[in-house]
Amino acid sequence: MSAPAPHKVRVTREHARELLRQMILVRRFEEACVEQYGAQKIRGFLHLYIGEEANAVGVMQALTPEDAVVATYREHGHALIRGIPATAVMAEMFGKAAGCSRGRGGSMHLFDASRRFYGGNAIVGGGLPLAVGLALADKLRGLARVTCCIFGEGAAAEGEFHESLNLAALWKLPVLFVCENNRYAMGTAIERSESVPDIRRHAEVYGIASETVDGMNVVDVEVAARRAAEAVRAGEGPRFLENHTYRFRAHSMFDPDLYRDKAEVETWKKRGPIVRFSQWVLETGTLHQADIDAIEAETAQTIADAVAFAEAAPPEPVEDLLRDVYAPRPAAPEPPAP
Amino acid sequence: MSATRRITYREAVREALREALLRDPRVFLMGEDVGRYGGAYACSSGLLAEFGEERIRDTPLSESAFVGAGIGAAIGGMRPIVEVMTINFSLLALDQIVNNAATLRHMSGGQIAVPVVIRMATGAGRQLAAQHSHSLECWYAHVPGIRAVAPATIADARGMLWTALQEPNPVVIFEHATLYSDEGEVPAGGEFAVDIDRAAIRRAGADLSLITYGGSLKKALAAAETLAGERIDCEVIDLRTLRPLDEETLLASVRRTHRALIVDEGWRSGSLAGEIAARIAEQAFFDLDAPVRRVCSAEVPIPYPRHLEEAATPQVDTIVAAARGLMRR
Repeated sequence: MSAPAPHKVRVTREHARELLRQMILVRRFEEACVEQYGAQKIRGFLHLYIGEEANAVGVMQALTPEDAVVATYREHGHALIRGIPATAVMAEMFGKAAGCSRGRGGSMHLFDASRRFYGGNAIVGGGLPLAVGLALADKLRGLARVTCCIFGEGAAAEGEFHESLNLAALWKLPVLFVCENNRYAMGTAIERSESVPDIRRHAEVYGIASETVDGMNVVDVEVAARRAAEAVRAGEGPRFLENHTYRFRAHSMFDPDLYRDKAEVETWKKRGPIVRFSQWVLETGTLHQADIDAIEAETAQTIADAVAFAEAAPPEPVEDLLRDVYAPRPAAPEPPAP
Repeated sequence: MSATRRITYREAVREALREALLRDPRVFLMGEDVGRYGGAYACSSGLLAEFGEERIRDTPLSESAFVGAGIGAAIGGMRPIVEVMTINFSLLALDQIVNNAATLRHMSGGQIAVPVVIRMATGAGRQLAAQHSHSLECWYAHVPGIRAVAPATIADARGMLWTALQEPNPVVIFEHATLYSDEGEVPAGGEFAVDIDRAAIRRAGADLSLITYGGSLKKALAAAETLAGERIDCEVIDLRTLRPLDEETLLASVRRTHRALIVDEGWRSGSLAGEIAARIAEQAFFDLDAPVRRVCSAEVPIPYPRHLEEAATPQVDTIVAAARGLMRR
């Protein structure tokens, strides 16, 4: 089953503006990251989401602040749309204590417990068991919350993927699994790593209702995510979305991108989520060019503020190196009852 | 001294589990065969009937998923006790324990606590061969962010779980598989919870510090008895907590006795015994009257036949022989 095409969905002017604003925020933020990487302010791995923005933006519309998100190392977009301020995310990329993980995580490990954003997990497949556990806690506590677990198609080859899907289905846990299938696990094309490249079918094997979604279309993603999240929240057990998407940039800043055809990249770029949605809002008269220009101007300011904030933030004193390895414990254990 | 009663190690673990489930509604137990089967080592028998399937959860054979789910549930406000059948199987969950449980607090800048307790059986002695008999405690003790404890006595098996559950950090509890049927004293009632920060001096002595933990403690104590007959007075130290090590207690002992013999069922290379020896050398070198010695497992996958299994692991006679050597007798 495929989601309705965008023109069949009623999208208000305010909502269209918000969807576009969020996608542009993620895009411009990452473009700024590339610039800061060039200036050596950001180091290490930097995995860009450019081209895939419709997925984070679409899926996050379906979540409430009480829900939880478990994402991967390509999570700048998810973090920003979940509401972590661009200043805190950029400061994290700069490794500053003002960052959303006190600078200890960097690009791959963005966290915000107050927004129930649980990473930023850089072991492929490693986030799935965590998400299952968060959902188990909600179920045991009688809370009607959704844990949204985002991962790439590369995770489907990991044992943890299969173990987690089985467990979530077996125990009817409230997990919304979202596979962002961008077709490449680092440099390995899906056809070269999966005997059954139709990832959705793997979920079906575990009895999890699933849907294939056009991950280049933000409205499609939102519609599918809302439908799936509603079912999960209603106690129907896990749901699975396979979003077909594409990253326009290399896997990371270290990747020379030699494994894919330039023409393939160009073809996908024509279907880019921002280009496509902008065209649609203009053609339908939902938004005007002036609206888009205003979004761009507002976003440019947000990004400039974020970079300035990160730049100005003081480095953490080395004396604090060993903090946050262990949480402090009450000195004397509470004795058990007789 | 207050009244005591005798129970087995297995009963101590079961009582501790039951008490935790009774006292804290956030506690639940999950693992392979913990429910209907009653636990591979029968530590949870009867708990399913008493607490129901929500709190006594049989899991599929998916170590990574159910250990990871324990970590996730701990983050989500529960106090999970996850049982992994043996330490060898825990390697299938090593990613979750090392990459998630141990790192999340630090990597999130202190935002996330992972109050999960992971119990597992460890060690040789039951002729279960190489995939069920290893002692890999030091792999976990190597990792910052984890607290690793090894209850070697019945009282510790009874008391450490509650203390571990009060800990906001992930705690791995190693239960040596040869201990479950042993009997020992626990308090008749009242206070069971024990300190998990400090090593315990199980036998005071003046000539030699015998430093050990877990399943080797009873062997070290037996060796100390034999040696006492030879007028070698051993102090036996039970580490109890493998990470962080209670350096203070063991260095103080070595400074009194001037000799150290470490007994560790792990393989010698890269062992916890090696770490302890290094710390003694670094901090108490000039207090030593003899080089530090170690009795560890032979560098071989633990073999099946009894005589070879015994030859591969520390035994009372090998400990006694090493102690005599250290005393130049």
